Amino acid sequence: MKKPNNTIDIDTDNYERYGFHTPEKYLVKLPKGLSQQVVAEISEQKQEPDWMRKFRLNALKLFARMPMPTWGADLSGVKFDDIHYYVRPTDRPKQNWDDVPEEIKDTFDKLGIPEAEKKFLAGVGAQYESEVVYHSLQKQWEELGVIFLDTDSALREHPDIFKKYFATVVPPGDNKLSALNSAVWSGGSFIYIPPGVHVTIPLQAYFRINAQNIGQFERTLIIADEGSNVQYVEGCTAPVYSSDSLHAAVVEIIVLKGARMRYTTIQNWSRNVYNLVTKRAFAEEDALVEWVDCNLGSKITMKYPSVFLKGKGARADILSVAYAGEGQHIEAGSKVFHMAPKTTSVVVSKSISRAGGRTSYRGLLRVSPKAAGSKANVRCDALLLDENSQTDTYPYMDVREDDISLGHEATVSKIGDEQLFYLMSRGLSESEATALIVRGFIEPVVKELPMEYAIEMNRLIELQMEGSVG
Amino acid sequence: MDSLDITALHVSVKDKEILHGLTLSVPRGEVHALMGPNGSGKSTLANALMGHPGLTVTQGDIRWKGESLVELSPDERAKRGLFLSFQYPAEIYGVSVTNFLRMAQAARLGNDTGSLTDFHKDLKEQMKLLEIDPSFSKRYLNEGFSGGEKKRHEILQMGVLKPEMAILDETDSGLDIDALKIVARGVNKLRGPERGMLLITHYQRLLNYIVPDRVHVLMNGQIVMSGDKDLALELEKNGYDWVKETTASG
Ligand SMILES: Nc1ncnc2c1ncn2[C@@H]1O[C@H](COP(=O)(O)OP(=O)(O)OP(=O)(O)O)[C@@H](O)[C@H]1O
Ligand SMILES: [Mg+2]
Repeated sequence: MKKPNNTIDIDTDNYERYGFHTPEKYLVKLPKGLSQQVVAEISEQKQEPDWMRKFRLNALKLFARMPMPTWGADLSGVKFDDIHYYVRPTDRPKQNWDDVPEEIKDTFDKLGIPEAEKKFLAGVGAQYESEVVYHSLQKQWEELGVIFLDTDSALREHPDIFKKYFATVVPPGDNKLSALNSAVWSGGSFIYIPPGVHVTIPLQAYFRINAQNIGQFERTLIIADEGSNVQYVEGCTAPVYSSDSLHAAVVEIIVLKGARMRYTTIQNWSRNVYNLVTKRAFAEEDALVEWVDCNLGSKITMKYPSVFLKGKGARADILSVAYAGEGQHIEAGSKVFHMAPKTTSVVVSKSISRAGGRTSYRGLLRVSPKAAGSKANVRCDALLLDENSQTDTYPYMDVREDDISLGHEATVSKIGDEQLFYLMSRGLSESEATALIVRGFIEPVVKELPMEYAIEMNRLIELQMEGSVG
Repeated sequence: MDSLDITALHVSVKDKEILHGLTLSVPRGEVHALMGPNGSGKSTLANALMGHPGLTVTQGDIRWKGESLVELSPDERAKRGLFLSFQYPAEIYGVSVTNFLRMAQAARLGNDTGSLTDFHKDLKEQMKLLEIDPSFSKRYLNEGFSGGEKKRHEILQMGVLKPEMAILDETDSGLDIDALKIVARGVNKLRGPERGMLLITHYQRLLNYIVPDRVHVLMNGQIVMSGDKDLALELEKNGYDWVKETTASG
């Protein structure tokens, strides 16, 4: 190979693939930092109804009062005063690809998004900076009554259904970061699937941060009405910047009786991003919620996709992959609340630590006395690629019902010399062999991804491993 | 003629010397059998030939087509045409037999790798020859395979990768009688002027099916006796004590 120095070359490669940025051209950019004026100005800019303005201001008060989480990863580097809370690159979301500004298209081109779109996309929500600039939705779905909009537009165009569900799953005061998001949220996706409608092609959105010190505070709200079926996919890559940025999203999902919802994420923020996301779903009777959550990037991630199993027979599957390389602490976990009889949860967590990186699994399982006949199974597998790396598991259980079946299994493993030798004896280089073992390790989760994402995921793993040897 | 030439090879594991000046040549196009008591160093030799990182060559040389392999990593040796069928193949979770083989083929052959269609056709044929159920192609590499299934898959890999020099470490152990015949058939199919083989075995029985050009006896880290196929029969009849006596007196 033509690489004098693996590490540098990989960074360069990543930089070229993800680290570019297009010249900033903003129409509105509020000063750094948070205040009532800033929050009111955001609401004003968006010409929001009064209730939303009050909601934001109230959330700001909660934010100011609430402490930062003291458990989990080190968040002392988050400087709330040093962040722009609102940036708006274009006037209004565009329906038509032709209307999307050239430099933004250029950015997406570099990410390979148009190709992906050709193959798989029917509806696209692309978030550039803090605003959705491009949005299209296939006609047939519109005819079925599916709503897939950026969240700001949804507030304008579907105020009733919006207000009915907004902040009912994650109230502003849930935690400090959800309070912050509630105060300054912008963009994100809003999806409503009417009863009985099955959307067979995943709805997709791409997220990207592209200016220094810009936090991204998108707000996603998905309602799968009774008996419906939908999958939502978000993938994010971010350019490399030197100063820290914050991503504090809130995702709320409501899955009504007999409906199924899968939410898939591939997170590959640049290594300076604090990724602190609150994701939660309500599952009513016989509903199925699946979180498929892959976390490769960021400096620090704290993310615990949660499911409240509220209706009898509801089920939650939470599958996650966490990769932590040099300087990264990825804390991915889960929370499941069994609140009704015969509910089921399956948690599979796969983590990989390399080059001093640290992964943590933090999981909460709560079973209420109303949850007779429920089943919960948690499996955490950690793979350590070298001696300097670290992994830890924090399972919390609060079980108040005897008639349930509980399983918990955690393993920590290393790549065996004999495995490497075996694969290398067949012609694979050390990094290829390592990557193959890692890929095999996360296969149970990756096989659940749409194909193009699975390929991208495996490619990202290979890139990481190329830097791991020699 | 191309050959694998091992000369005065000393190999240590953790400062303990296992091979004490072993000399052996296997020309491409020939099949040589290597026999010897437990612990005599057969697997150590096989692993050293393939470049196991836990083994150190302290003296002597291993040459393939005239080039020394000693400093080369296992993958570089594989790319030069060497192959090792493992006594205990590793299990690789989450990697399907098919995906792995395609990847290994591409690694070994580089630009000469054939089309995906040809690969699948070849794989199917090889599996049929070895009477491996097609469902195995989707299973994870060696994961949960029985001992005999693992051995068959080692030969399957050899069949797909088509090495020029194959070292087979006890490929017959753990096989039932029918499987032994099937595996022997697979090996014989791969026999030819373009390929050399070093067949490590404890049992003369295998050599009824795969008739070797030469038989060598390894004891205490050295080759102590070599002969034609009849040497295996002799060994079967008289045991290794006979070798000791003969070599001591001779
Ligand atoms: N990692 C190791 N550490 C210490 N000793 C080892 C190691 N590997 C091999 N040995 C020793 O080297 C000697 C040769 O072992 P080897 O596996 O090569 O024998 P073998 O001829 O293949 O035996 P078998 O017929 O049982 O397969 C044995 O005494 C064994 O205990
Ligand atoms: Mg052995």
